[in-house]
Amino acid sequence: MSCRLRLLVLAVFLLPVLGAASLPATPNTDDPALEARLNHLAEDLRCVVCQNESLAESRASLALDLREEIREMMRAGLTDDAVVESLVARYGDFVLYRPPVKPLTYVLWGGPLAFLLIGIALALATLHRRRTLRPQADVSPEALREAARLLRSDHSRHPGSPIASGTASRLSHQEER
Amino acid sequence: MIPELGQFAIALALALALMQGSIPLVGAHRGDSRLMALAKPLAQAQFALLVLAFAALAWSFLTHDFSVKNVAQNSFSQLPAVYRFTATWGSHEGSLLLWTVILAGWSAAVAVFSRQLPEEMVARVLGVMGLISVGFLALLLLTSSPFERLFPIPADGRDLNPLLQDLGMVSHPPLLYMGYVGFSVAFAFAIAALLSGRLDAAWARWSRPWTTTAWTFLTLGVGLGSWWAYRELGWGGWWFWDPTENASLMPWLAGTALIHALAATEKRGVFGNWSVLLAIATFSLSLLGTFLVRSGVLSSVHAFATDPTRGLFILIFLGLVVGGSLTLYALRAPRMMGGGSFGWFSRESLLLANNVFLIAALGAVLLGTLYPLFLDALGLGKISVGPPYFNAVFVPLVAPVLFLVGVGPLARWKQADLPDLMWRLKGAFAVALVTAALLPLTLDGMNLQVTLGVFLALWILFTVLKGFALRLQHHRGSRVRQLARLPRAFWGMQLAHAGLALLVVGVTIVSNYETERDVRMPIGSHLELAGHRFVFQGVEELPGPNYLAGRGTMDVTTPWGRSFTLYPEKRNYNASGMIMTQAAVNYGPFRDVYVSLGDPLGDGAWTVRVYHKPFVGWLWAGTLLLALGGGLAAADRRYRVALRRRSDPAPAPEPLRSITREGVA
Repeated sequence: MSCRLRLLVLAVFLLPVLGAASLPATPNTDDPALEARLNHLAEDLRCVVCQNESLAESRASLALDLREEIREMMRAGLTDDAVVESLVARYGDFVLYRPPVKPLTYVLWGGPLAFLLIGIALALATLHRRRTLRPQADVSPEALREAARLLRSDHSRHPGSPIASGTASRLSHQEER
Repeated sequence: MIPELGQFAIALALALALMQGSIPLVGAHRGDSRLMALAKPLAQAQFALLVLAFAALAWSFLTHDFSVKNVAQNSFSQLPAVYRFTATWGSHEGSLLLWTVILAGWSAAVAVFSRQLPEEMVARVLGVMGLISVGFLALLLLTSSPFERLFPIPADGRDLNPLLQDLGMVSHPPLLYMGYVGFSVAFAFAIAALLSGRLDAAWARWSRPWTTTAWTFLTLGVGLGSWWAYRELGWGGWWFWDPTENASLMPWLAGTALIHALAATEKRGVFGNWSVLLAIATFSLSLLGTFLVRSGVLSSVHAFATDPTRGLFILIFLGLVVGGSLTLYALRAPRMMGGGSFGWFSRESLLLANNVFLIAALGAVLLGTLYPLFLDALGLGKISVGPPYFNAVFVPLVAPVLFLVGVGPLARWKQADLPDLMWRLKGAFAVALVTAALLPLTLDGMNLQVTLGVFLALWILFTVLKGFALRLQHHRGSRVRQLARLPRAFWGMQLAHAGLALLVVGVTIVSNYETERDVRMPIGSHLELAGHRFVFQGVEELPGPNYLAGRGTMDVTTPWGRSFTLYPEKRNYNASGMIMTQAAVNYGPFRDVYVSLGDPLGDGAWTVRVYHKPFVGWLWAGTLLLALGGGLAAADRRYRVALRRRSDPAPAPEPLRSITREGVA
C-alpha cells in the first residue's frame, strides 16, 4: 500500500472518531515532570505495609499518603537523595529496595562475585585435571570384552543408534553430537 | 462421609509410603528380588489412593460442603464451578495434597516406564521417592489436614481469594508442582546412584529424560505464573523478583544447569559427581521454595515464629533431605569419578562454563532471597532486597551464559578448534553486533541495555541457524527430509535456545520501550499513546457470578486503522469485599495494549492507566518454545529405543560399573 493511500485510509477511519471526540484526557497530575520524578524514585522504594510492592505500584492508602508526602518534599525543593534520606530516617533501610552498601550488607553485595570467582577457580582446576588426564583410563580386559559385545549387539539391533554407554563410546570412535 | 473417605485414603497412602520407603531399599541392599518387586505395586496403589483423596476434596468443593473447614474458608455458594474445582488446590492444605498426588503420580510413572532398568535401580529410585512421600503425607496429616470438619456448619463460605479466580491460576500450580516434584525423580536417581555406586553414562541416560520432562513442566509453570501476574495484578509487570517467584526460579536455574551437566555425563561420562550434586541441589531448592511459600516466613519472620508447626516441619524435612543426601554424597561420591580427558576449549569445557555462570546466578538469587530473612531472624535489622539488587547482580551473570549458548552447541566434544569456530562465526557475530548497535539509534538514541539484549538474541538465533546448516552440509537430497530426520534431541536443543532468544528480545524491548499514561478521562475523552488512539466511553455496572463489576468501555484505534474495544473492570467481590482490578489486554505479535481502571472521579470520569508494551508477547512465546524444546528433547528416539528393548533378556551391563569405578579422575 502506498504511503498516500495508507494516510487516506487512516483519515477515513479517524474522521468519525475525530468528529465525535472531544476533549483530550488530562494527565492525572498537575505537574507531569514532578510525577515522572516521583515515579522513578518510588519504583525503588518499598511500600512498608504491603506484602511486597513498590511505592510506585501500590494503591494502599499509606502508599498514597507517602507519595503525596514525597511530592510535597519535592515541591519544597528537596533533592531525590534528601527525600530518600528522610524516608530512611523514618522507616529504616527496609524502605529501600536497593539495600545500601554497608558492613551488614557486604556479604549480600559481594556474594555473587565471590560465587563466580569460586566457580571459575573450581572450573579451572577441573579443566587442568582433565587436560593432563591420560587419554585412556586403564580398563580391565573383561570390561573391554563386555563393552565390545555391547557395541556389537547395539549396532546389530539398531543400526546407527547412539551407543548405550559413555564408557563404551570412549572406547569406540568419538561420537559427533 | 466423603471427606472422611479422603482422610482415610491419605492415612492408608502414608502406610503404603512407609512400606515403599523401606522394603525395596532393604531388598536392593540384600539383593532380594521379592522385596524389590514390591516397589512398583506400592507406588501405583499409593497413587490410586491419593487420587481418591484428591477427588474427595474436589467433590467437597464442587458440592459446597461447608462443613469441611477448608471448603468453608476457600469457597462460596456463588463461586463458579470451574473455580470451585481449582479452589481444591487454592488453600495451603489443598496445594499440599496436590503436591503429594503429583509426587505419587511421578512415582507411578517411574514404575510404569522403567522396565528396561535393572530391578535394583528401580527399587532404590522408588524407595527414595517413597521416603519423600512419607515426609509430605505426614506433614499433610499432622499439620494441614485438608478434610478437617467445622461445627457449627457455616451458612456460606468465605470465598476463594479473588486473585486466584483466574484461568492462569487454574493451571499455574499444577504445572509448577509437576516441575518441582518432577525433580524428585532426578533426586531419587541421584541417591540411587550413590547407593549402588553406579554413576556412569547409562545412569545419566536413564535419569535424563525424567529430568528434562520435569524441567519442561517447571518452565511452563514459571512462565504461566509470570503471565498470570501480568494479567491479574493490574499494572502489567511480568517479573517482580518477589521471593515467591524466586522460589520457582531457583530450581529452574539449578535444573537448567543439571540438564546441561547430564548431557556431558551421558555423552562423555564426565561430571557424574557434579550431576548428582546438582540433582540434590535442584530438588532441595524445590523443597526450599515449598518452605518459603508455605511456611508464612515471607510475610514476616515473626508470623512464622508465632505459628511455626508447618514451617518447622518442612524445614526439618528439608534439613534431613539436604543433610542426609550430602552425607551420603560425601561418603560415596569421591570413589566414583569417571570419564575421559578434554581440552580447555571443548563442548565439555563450555558446558562447565555454562554451569559456573548459572550456579553463580542461582547463588545470587538465593542470597538476595534469604539474606533479609536471616538478618531479621538474627535481629540485625530489616532490609529489603528488591528488583534493583537482582537486576544489578543477575544480568551480568546471565549474559555470559547467553553468549555461550551461541558457542557451545557448535563446539566438538573432547577438543574443539577455537580459531576455526571463530572464523565460522565471525559473520554472525559482526551482523548481530552492528544491528544491535544501530537499532537503538533509530529509535531514541544510544542504549547499551538494548544493544546487549538484541546482540545476544541475534547471536543465539544466528548460531542456531548455523547449527542446522552444519548438520545438513554433508547431506544431499531434500533439505526438508533431512531436517525431519535430525534427532529430536537436536531439534529440542535448538528450539529451546531459539526460545531463549525470543525471551531476551521480549524482556529487552518491553523494559526499555514500554510507554504508559496515567490520566483522568471524562466520558468521551480521548488519549493518544504510541500511535494508538483511546476513546473512553464510560463505566457501567455489571453483576458477575460472585462479584459486582464496574466495566469500562475503551474504544481503541491502532496506527493502522484497525479498531477494537477493551473492557477493563473494577470488581467488588461479594463475600470478601475485596476490590480487584481486572485489566483488559489486546494481545498482538509486536505489542500488547493494556488498559486498567483506576478510581472514579465523579460525573462518570475515571482515572485510567494505559500501557503500550512492545514485544512483551515474545516473552511467553519464548517460554513456550523453551518448553517445546524440552518436550522434544525428552522424547528423543534413543530413550524410546531403550524402552522398546525391555524384552531383551540381558540385564543392564553389570561389568561396566567396574570400569567407572576404576576410571581415573
